[in-house]
Amino acid sequence: MADELTIVHVLPDLLGTYGDRGNVLALTHRAEARGVACRVVEVGLDERVPRTADLYVLGGGEDSAQLLAARTLLADDLVAAVLGAHTTLAVCAGLQLLAHGFEDSTGTRHQGLGLLDVECGRLEERAVGEVVTEPVDLPEVPSLTGYENHRGSARLHGSARPLGRVVAGVGNGHDDLEGVQQGHVIATYLHGPVLVRNPALADLLLSRAAGPLPEYEDPEVEELRKERLDVADPRRRRRHLLGY
Amino acid sequence: MSSRVGMARYAARAAAGVARRLRGGSGTVIAGHVLEALAPGAVEALTTGRDVTLVTGTNGKTSITALTVAALGDEHLASNPDGANTRAGIAGALATGGDGAVVLETDEGWLPWAVAQTRPARVVLSNLSRDQLSRHHEVRALAVSWRAALAGVPLVIANADDPAVVWPALAARRQVWVAAGARWTADAATCPACGRACRRGPTGWGCTSCDLRRPRPHWWLEGNDLCGEDTRIPLRLDLPGRFNLGNAALALAAVDATGGVQLHDAARRLADVHAVAGRYQRVRFRGHDLRMMLAKNPAGWLELLDLMAPDRCPVVLVFNADGVDGRDPSWLYDVSFAPLRGRTVVVQGRRATDLMVRLELDDVEARLVRGSIADAVWVLPAGRVDVVGNYTAFQTALKEVRRG
Repeated sequence: MADELTIVHVLPDLLGTYGDRGNVLALTHRAEARGVACRVVEVGLDERVPRTADLYVLGGGEDSAQLLAARTLLADDLVAAVLGAHTTLAVCAGLQLLAHGFEDSTGTRHQGLGLLDVECGRLEERAVGEVVTEPVDLPEVPSLTGYENHRGSARLHGSARPLGRVVAGVGNGHDDLEGVQQGHVIATYLHGPVLVRNPALADLLLSRAAGPLPEYEDPEVEELRKERLDVADPRRRRRHLLGY
Repeated sequence: MSSRVGMARYAARAAAGVARRLRGGSGTVIAGHVLEALAPGAVEALTTGRDVTLVTGTNGKTSITALTVAALGDEHLASNPDGANTRAGIAGALATGGDGAVVLETDEGWLPWAVAQTRPARVVLSNLSRDQLSRHHEVRALAVSWRAALAGVPLVIANADDPAVVWPALAARRQVWVAAGARWTADAATCPACGRACRRGPTGWGCTSCDLRRPRPHWWLEGNDLCGEDTRIPLRLDLPGRFNLGNAALALAAVDATGGVQLHDAARRLADVHAVAGRYQRVRFRGHDLRMMLAKNPAGWLELLDLMAPDRCPVVLVFNADGVDGRDPSWLYDVSFAPLRGRTVVVQGRRATDLMVRLELDDVEARLVRGSIADAVWVLPAGRVDVVGNYTAFQTALKEVRRG
């Protein structure tokens, strides 16, 4: 286990509309609870994304902010390689920025960083509400809970795998899938913030960046997970109705 | 006014009276539903030929409306002081209010409708920031809808410090700019006009690409004084906080634009506003002196945390995510709660667990007390307590403490 982690929050001024700053807070909180010191670097519009941090986080943002973020990141030839080489979480607009391309509110396609083998389009209707998914090929991560608020879709191609299969909500808008896993990158449409509501996913990212971590349970967070899953997971509601 | 609208208005007032007796509250919304059901188009009919001021923005609109009403000092005007600011609330205010001037708080999303129906002489814009994203979605989309709605409006009184209101305000025929302040700047990183970066500096803000920049204000604050080109008016507010001085500045600029009120007299009347729809109201309750406050989005929380900072009294935070609160409380992570460290904090509400986790991540110790405000203050020593709720939580808390 590393003694110290450097977490880079990429363009929080542009990609921070839906509380996704909480993902960085969850990572630092859970790392420090294990004795791992954290240094958080917030990358502003005029700053270069650091090349050698341990973990990179991108959040969600509005259309115009997303386009400015795309222009900014595409102007840096090495950003895609840096993010692809390190543990990275990308949420909502962050997911779209790492795809081959995405559409704005007028339907115009814009180039992404091409780090994920994913093409993002537009859903017919905005997806707003609670989401529950079952993670794919992540046995250490239980059901994921989050809140989605997006118009973007995501169609996965050859080398991209889904993060989860949708139990409740919309997700990527294709094949009942939600999010993306590819190489060191995990991407999702889930806010909540996703790492606050899903500590096992936070720990997965931390362990990839820092090595194996000792157990840590946060009762308050577990209670929050239970509350949200009780509300949003139809399987739980059925179980409650049937009395087991 | 046609006889049909007159009859509908009579019925709406009767319905409001029944609602007040049966359910408490103002009955404004029910009156609005009755009015519109019996006389579709009544809002347009009831505002024809009247001096109409609309007030909108993410934060401050209820306070600006109350301050404008107080400053005008006209007992015959129609307004919606209880904050019922969507279509039914506006219709209800016109049904139950007086026949003089009209001052209407208007929900941000309902502004285009309200402008089309009431053809206002002026619109006051306070600020625009993220709020209830599960309902309003994106700030820029609202700014675009405002800009379209304001084209042709004779006058806009707008906060010069917020790019998201300056850009739509420019569509109106004339503007009065007020430096009302903008503590929250996280939604102004991109230019609302062209989408490029918007920068802030010591002298204001400006786009790095197009020519949108902070306009030179006609009104600004120096300490507690409202200043104009050749005017200085002392503001003696009972409402707390720097943001309420900004609200008062916008209100007085709107009153000045009516042309019929002596501004120093209007400013003196602002001191008579002690609470706004229960906000900032002080209530003696179960051995405690409560100060009731509303915080419903990150910008509001930022202002309120500043306001509470000098105080060390216990705080009760009540948090829901129902209906008008917005369903997604992720925005709790857009503001730091660190200023509450070291204070005694009690948390309750239907989404109390969300708030407990949020406070934990900012190292704020808090205690969860399920139940009512009475249950919350039971665990606190006698004395002063700040009670802060988001929208539905605040309404429920206010009803409880007013019952005693």
